[in-house]
Amino acid sequence: MNVLMQRYPDEIARILAKYPADQKRSAVMPLLYLAQRELGYLTRQSIQDIAEILELSTTEVSSVVGFYTLLHDEPGGRYRLQVCTDLSCALRGADRFLEQLCQNLAIRVGETTPDGLVMVEEVTCLAGCDKSPVFQLQGDGEITYYENQTVDKAMKLVEELRRHANG
Amino acid sequence: MPTAELNLLRHRDIPGLDRLSVYQEHGGFGAFRKALMSMTPDQVLQEVKASALRGRGGAGFPTGLKWSFLPNNVWPHYVVCNADESEPGTFKDREIMEGNPFQLLEGVMLTAYAVQAHAAYIYLRGEFWQIGKELDKRIAELEAAGLLGDNLLGKPYSLRVYTHLGAGAYICGEETALLESLEGKLGQPRLRPPFPASFGLFGKPTVINNVETLANVPLIIERGAAWFHTIGTEKSPGTKIFCLSGCINQPGNYELPLGTPFRKLIYELGGGIPGGRAIKAIMPAGASSSIIKATETALDTPMDYESIGAIGSTLGSASVIVLDESVDMRWLIHKTTHFFRHESCGKCTPCREGTYWMEHLTRRILEDHASQADVALLASVAGEIRNKCLCPLGEFSIMAVTTALDQFKDDFVRREERETSVEG
Repeated sequence: MNVLMQRYPDEIARILAKYPADQKRSAVMPLLYLAQRELGYLTRQSIQDIAEILELSTTEVSSVVGFYTLLHDEPGGRYRLQVCTDLSCALRGADRFLEQLCQNLAIRVGETTPDGLVMVEEVTCLAGCDKSPVFQLQGDGEITYYENQTVDKAMKLVEELRRHANG
Repeated sequence: MPTAELNLLRHRDIPGLDRLSVYQEHGGFGAFRKALMSMTPDQVLQEVKASALRGRGGAGFPTGLKWSFLPNNVWPHYVVCNADESEPGTFKDREIMEGNPFQLLEGVMLTAYAVQAHAAYIYLRGEFWQIGKELDKRIAELEAAGLLGDNLLGKPYSLRVYTHLGAGAYICGEETALLESLEGKLGQPRLRPPFPASFGLFGKPTVINNVETLANVPLIIERGAAWFHTIGTEKSPGTKIFCLSGCINQPGNYELPLGTPFRKLIYELGGGIPGGRAIKAIMPAGASSSIIKATETALDTPMDYESIGAIGSTLGSASVIVLDESVDMRWLIHKTTHFFRHESCGKCTPCREGTYWMEHLTRRILEDHASQADVALLASVAGEIRNKCLCPLGEFSIMAVTTALDQFKDDFVRREERETSVEG
């Protein structure tokens, strides 16, 4: 039984319609995003479902998951807060921002807050170099940019996310 | 003189240009109508060729010439827009897509018409999820307005445009890796030739151009190639968006005629260096740059493909990262080698292993545990990577390393050695 297909038939049809009928493998990343939307990571079941829809092997689908950094095969925080510390951002204090943010959250880079809400990660360039410190928030199937940040602003966002999660 | 005019970042002058009605009030889709009603596809191609527009993604290859390579006996043709913008220090395509999205879409449509493609894909880096969502809405608006779909403007031409999100991989900015990724595979570069013009998306002839390149096309068709040549230099006509970042008071995108000197960008427009510190170096093409020592001559160099090439670097995507005297080159090349190690796709050995070793060595050098022998080893590893990689990523990974070692030797002397030499 294909759980993904049962659950999102219309959306899957819309995704497949973007590519030639004999090239449906192109839909693998859009389908992985779809499957990842609810839990924030990909289960074995969802990878099997996608392989079945696209007539691929599960290895082929898993290799795509392994290659790309925005696809996850392990649970992280409900939200992934990904701070850019690449060259231009680092020249504007991004390393310090990340360090202080982690101190405030009492976690280290790569860890998740004890309530499972926020995982902090360090990432390479996000194309926001002129508005550093910058991070993206990945969660609920969305990716949102936060630019010109301070630790205070970021902590307020975390509080909002916490209220939203508990409400 | 039209040189001070904004062509690509017009939304800064025209509020609401991201709305279809406002874009059309300001002449939007006039070029597409003109092309469909009064020009053959080949005339569109010839106009772009005559404009001498060069690819804005980094390579600077003549756009019209690239289009002309598509064979006319193999169909269908595809158009792919490279919106994977990931070079550290680059943030221009994002501003075009957020502020002036219809000009990009019109550019995609004109390109598709010129090569008679009926499907075009805009490949966005996955981080641009929000931009992709907005573009989808705008594509739907164009379909509703009869500008995309079947029998456009009553002509026997149909076109559909789709967005496709990547999922976090710098390498997908390399055109053949992008095509692999769009086909649902790992983003690893193909061996070239064959080039995408003959064997591209789904094995079919494909035009692949950067966002900024395509956003130039509507104005070239509307105003003509001769107009385009009134801006910029003879060999590098037009404006270019310079992404200014790093040690600078006013970072941001600056659209300027090609050939504008570094000094004007950095000191006049960018407001100079914070704290009045001295400038040390410039990276004109992001993390992939050869580093330029910021001498007076360098600051007076015009920013165009030829002039920057003549002083030993490249214009690339014009991601100008400014480095001031407080920046330690050991730190800098550790940042760049970390980036390239992380982003290497692993397909070819010199890049996969070489970037790994360069990152290790630069860390040791940064932590001051390294001897001069390690510095020499770093230079040797970089030398072994040179000219041996499958794609430009590996080649780019050594640019900052070799030029830093070559031009900033003092930064690589160990603290104790420095002290000894001072005492001696």
